[in-house]
Amino acid sequence: MKKFIKNASSYLDSRFKLSALLDFARKKKVPEHEYSFWYYFGGICLFLFIIQVITGILLLLYYSPSVETAYESVHFIMSQVKFGWLIRSVHSWSANILIGVIFIHMFSTFLLKAYRSPRELTWVSGFFLLLIFLAFGFSGYLLPWNTLSFFATRVGTDIAGTVPLIGKAVKAFILGGPEISDATLPRFFWLHVAILPLFTVVILGIHLVLVQTLGMSSPLGIEKAKLREFPFFPNFILKDFLGWMLIFVLIGILCVFFPWGVGQKADLFASAPVGIKPEWYFTFMFTTLKLIPSHVFLIKGEVLAILGFIVGAFLWMLVPFLDKNAAREKKSPFFTWAGLVILLYIIVVTVLTYLLPKI
Amino acid sequence: MKLTILKKKYFSGLILAALFFPLSLTAQQNSCIECHRDLEDKLMAPVEAFKLDVHQKFGLNCSDCHGGNPAKEDIDSAKDKTFKGAPKRNQIPEFCASCHSNSAYMKNFNPGLRVDQLSLYWTSHHGQLLRQGDIKTAVCTDCHEAHGILASNHPKSLTFPWNIPQTCGRCHADKEYMKSYKIPTDQLENYKQSVHAGSLFEKKDLSAPVCNDCHGNHGASPPEVSSIAFVCRQCHSSTAEFFSRSPHKKAFDEMGISECEACHGNHKVLAPSDNMLGTQEGAVCVQCHEAGSEPYQLASRIKARLDEFVSKIGDVDNSLDRADRQGVDVSDPRFKLREARTSLILVRNLTHTLDLFEIEKKIEDGKRVVSEVKAEAEAALKEARFRKRGLVITTLFILLLAIAIFLKIKQIEKKSPA
Repeated sequence: MKKFIKNASSYLDSRFKLSALLDFARKKKVPEHEYSFWYYFGGICLFLFIIQVITGILLLLYYSPSVETAYESVHFIMSQVKFGWLIRSVHSWSANILIGVIFIHMFSTFLLKAYRSPRELTWVSGFFLLLIFLAFGFSGYLLPWNTLSFFATRVGTDIAGTVPLIGKAVKAFILGGPEISDATLPRFFWLHVAILPLFTVVILGIHLVLVQTLGMSSPLGIEKAKLREFPFFPNFILKDFLGWMLIFVLIGILCVFFPWGVGQKADLFASAPVGIKPEWYFTFMFTTLKLIPSHVFLIKGEVLAILGFIVGAFLWMLVPFLDKNAAREKKSPFFTWAGLVILLYIIVVTVLTYLLPKI
Repeated sequence: MKLTILKKKYFSGLILAALFFPLSLTAQQNSCIECHRDLEDKLMAPVEAFKLDVHQKFGLNCSDCHGGNPAKEDIDSAKDKTFKGAPKRNQIPEFCASCHSNSAYMKNFNPGLRVDQLSLYWTSHHGQLLRQGDIKTAVCTDCHEAHGILASNHPKSLTFPWNIPQTCGRCHADKEYMKSYKIPTDQLENYKQSVHAGSLFEKKDLSAPVCNDCHGNHGASPPEVSSIAFVCRQCHSSTAEFFSRSPHKKAFDEMGISECEACHGNHKVLAPSDNMLGTQEGAVCVQCHEAGSEPYQLASRIKARLDEFVSKIGDVDNSLDRADRQGVDVSDPRFKLREARTSLILVRNLTHTLDLFEIEKKIEDGKRVVSEVKAEAEAALKEARFRKRGLVITTLFILLLAIAIFLKIKQIEKKSPA
């Protein structure tokens, strides 16, 4: 047996140069400091994405992307397919956890200033991954074609429709018409299972290559000479794996005690349920639009808020190039405070949306 | 050349407009409104009320009912020989009917509207009293208003379903006003407590019966003992059919007891419950049947069968709830349980036949469905237990693996400290 393994590994090594990869991993070091804990969230994102791919492929075996059959196929998965309830619940729960972990990973990277040179493109690729996964969440939410998902999507696309100049055209392109209709579901489906995965593979590939080649960033103010390091393989990988297992247990508990519901089939002619809102990760934008006055300096409040979010997102992407102090290995309190204020705003407004639904 | 022709056309158009403009102003003038607008209280009120009136929306004017010439500014010229003024109370039905009974005229506005209101009115208790010279009795304007008449499908109309009880109650719940008629005045209060009012006001079911559905509207009169059942039959046809097959029918007819009302009441028809049936306190059967008598025992048996069926449905429903709370999808068995609930509704309806054999047969049909759902509910609960067991085993396995990895990390760190 040992001989067989030795021969097999030698065969593969001569063709794939696995020993070179292993050597690279063994030589690669990870900085060790009081904030090392935050490094693991990137790996958790990757793990959750893998879960998404596997469970998504399994769901494809039964899901049918048409207005007439989508809801029924999801109901069939939940009630008739062996372990169908588990696969769909794992897919839905891990998708939500993934978005949450992406936010944690992004803000920890921001506050540790890990975006500074030479990791600007790692940050930018990460920013695009955030947008892609938000699009994954938005498109996937409609696929069960139930009342909540239908109206939440309508709220979301109505917001997109208010973007000046291009809003209506963008909305019509997304929906396949002026309103959600039979044409919308297949668009969302192909976006969810074909176009977004393609973009993800490319950008995630770039992101991972950058992380591996440039290594993990160490926090500002720690002298390189005094910095302690530990091996990426096997130490970091094993710790990463430990985190993955704990997350997996958490998902299992959530799926067994709170399996993802099917709800009521969407009715295009029904009135929207009271207090309808988009998925939790969009609520800070949704509530901001509700809170802003109808007009601010003669500009429609809604339009101003959307423009603010677009400009804000653009600036957020360009942070590595704007934070000159961090690039020179100096402290940049303005960016730290700005990041904390944005984080606090997102948390407070999201919580308020659920605690005070009438705001 | 073309331009010159066009210019000529515009010019002649302008001249025509200038010539007819004063005429159009005259046509719009309504001296009734002009004068009454400046008067006080009662004389001014029609001006405001008429703005919303359905007649105004059909293009009718003051003069269409009251006569006169509103085009004239001078009061004497306006109140010419065609002027009728306000009708006296006893003239109102004929006054309204001058148009509303004219089929040819009404077709110009609302071809679907009936034109027999007046003839029905004279058959009504209200009409008969008016004929006897009682001017306190209801005339058209008491239920429809005089100048703010809204179409009956307007939610604010006095004759819109959810306003009708209050419209009738304006007179019939007024003790002082109804004193001379020596009839009860608690109908409105009783109706508000009824299952019918619950459907109307809480569920907003506009098909729920209101006063006119049982008493008629223009031909309103109280149903007599023999006709009450026919009033209820308008909606509860199958119940009435079952009742007609029961021994009660003959007995009630012979004793002159009104059918449905005897057990369910009239204005205060409460939501029926299973406790109306049987021999316990509060059951309607014991109002007439003595303890130990054959009908008394039959009532007891029917109640026992019904209770057993209700309890079986409740037990299965609880099992489904438990499975649902534990996250198992039970929408299919819950849907199937509806069949059993439909059987229960039929059984409750069948109790009006007093035919124990027929009732038991229907209960058996329902029980078969309940048994099937029960099996599915038990399977769902088993599935819930399986999921929890699976979670415990998987979690233990993963935690053991996690501990092993944790120990391995410690071992590696011990061997090669950073």
